Amino acid sequence: MSTVNPQSSDNALIGSDRPEAERFILAPEDREAIEHEMSHYDDPRAASIEALKIVQKRHGWVPDGAIAEIGKVLGISAVDVEGVATFYNLIYRQPVGRHVIKICDSVGCYLTGYETVCEAISRKLGIGLGETTPDGRFTLLPICCLGACDKGPVLMIDDDTHGNLTVEGIDQLLEQYA
Amino acid sequence: MSTSAANLAETRPLTYRLDAADQSPLDIKGYEALDGYAALRKAMKDMSPADVSQLVKDANLRGRGGAGFPAGIKWSLIPMGDDAPKQKYLVCNADEMEPGTFKDRLLMEQLPHQLVEAMIVAGYAIQASKAYIFLRGEYVLAAERLNRAIAEAKAAGYLGENILGSGWSLELTVHTGAGRYICGEETALINSLEGRRANPRAKPPFPQIAGLWGKPTVVNNVETLCNVPHIVLRGAEWFKGLSQGKSGDAGTKIYGMSGRVRKPGLWELPIGTTAREILEEHAGGMQDGLELMAWLPGGASTDFLMPEHLDLPMDYDSIGKAGSRMGTGLIMAVDNKQSIVSVVRNLEEFFARESCGWCTPCRDGLPWSVKLLRALEKGEGQPGDLETLDQLTRFLGPGKTFCAHAPGAMEPLQSALKYFRGEFEKGIRQPQAAN
Repeated sequence: MSTVNPQSSDNALIGSDRPEAERFILAPEDREAIEHEMSHYDDPRAASIEALKIVQKRHGWVPDGAIAEIGKVLGISAVDVEGVATFYNLIYRQPVGRHVIKICDSVGCYLTGYETVCEAISRKLGIGLGETTPDGRFTLLPICCLGACDKGPVLMIDDDTHGNLTVEGIDQLLEQYA
Repeated sequence: MSTSAANLAETRPLTYRLDAADQSPLDIKGYEALDGYAALRKAMKDMSPADVSQLVKDANLRGRGGAGFPAGIKWSLIPMGDDAPKQKYLVCNADEMEPGTFKDRLLMEQLPHQLVEAMIVAGYAIQASKAYIFLRGEYVLAAERLNRAIAEAKAAGYLGENILGSGWSLELTVHTGAGRYICGEETALINSLEGRRANPRAKPPFPQIAGLWGKPTVVNNVETLCNVPHIVLRGAEWFKGLSQGKSGDAGTKIYGMSGRVRKPGLWELPIGTTAREILEEHAGGMQDGLELMAWLPGGASTDFLMPEHLDLPMDYDSIGKAGSRMGTGLIMAVDNKQSIVSVVRNLEEFFARESCGWCTPCRDGLPWSVKLLRALEKGEGQPGDLETLDQLTRFLGPGKTFCAHAPGAMEPLQSALKYFRGEFEKGIRQPQAAN
């Protein structure tokens, strides 16, 4: 399972202007998935994070127009949905690359030398934290402790966790993600 | 169960089943073969909900998420009986994000049925109508395995309507988050679960009275809950004996160690095992050429301790008396090749970024501390910077902020200033010699 579908045509969005809000149409199967999530809770709003994730899985990010559409399904205002979408770091409100690298910068990985690994990735990809490569292949983000401190330094690429990182191993690791 | 498994179950209840799991988690059959769901059967057959609560209280099970609050007392605050609200919730805090902590990941990825059974038993004790596992979004494998375990438990009649013919029903849902450290704070977690921004709530009212959707709610950590079935099966006296006289606290603890030690990892040991034993016997000591300079006993939000504190028992009171907190009990070793100022700068950058921004001291004070620490790190500190940092540790301390985030952030800072003041002073730019 990947956070970003490599085949998604929405990759064309990277670097281009954001689509107009009214152009967003919620896919029927996404609507159904959101409605199913709502059934787990006594208040449908509780499904808001999951709803954002469902949309993000299809599009790679959460386009502006999706905010109001999700609000309509959940019965809450677009402002409330946007408040949630902008709070959580795993919800992307701007386009990201096909693969998202999340590198742990917390103290456990600091002690085992994440900074040199992060610099090596940065140099190799030519981007800093928070940036996307011009070909739309990778986005590099920092992340809170990934709970694998015995294997530090650690990062995630999409849904995969990789530990015991070394500067020498970076090329081979990134090659796995086309 | 074989004799050896039975022996291990007596001394390492939380993890003994891992020996049989052989890298892949036990399915329901494998789990049942090792006493799995026996505690649930026992509780439903022989015990009232109040009996289960009382037993957990008698066992003195303290919260393993970091605060150490007795679980039985938390449960006893939940309204019970016919007049109690019909909706009551049990929430498992599986938002493991305290830097340096990786124990709940193991319990959920390798023994998902243990947590599922624990939640059903705990849910029975408080007569919950629904239960949720609030799982951090990055724990993809744990989510998959917990969902599979829940489906198996449902098919076996342990979850759902009329559990084991008792007339009591429970639905258990895995709710995955989307990041942010603050979600681990109990009331912020409840807001997040409701689909809101994870800002903490004012206390009181405490969640046991008005929690999720305003209804009585218990929030317990993964490791805390996982102890419950074992207490039900073997009793409070057995649980108290697990510490083997090493501590006044009861049970085992999943300890761990990270940093530049030879064998970083996790070990279930009697609570009150010394930090020295954890470092030297289990983690194999420091890596070649390195010495221990300082250590964080249980996460980023605990005060540094020094090598001379290694012989303290790792329990709530002993570590507390030494001026720190046991926290999650997963030690981070800081070696002598590190710059303490840089380590603290990294810690405060983390807390500044993860502040939810709700209250001013935290939102503005943490970036201020980062700014000062960055300057000191580069040797560009100004006279008075250390005093400003001292002042921040007070302004952001307990009672000055909405939740425990900023006070937690100040713990490593204040202790580093105490033990390594000279290192910070070195970061102050020396004035040009006057002619």
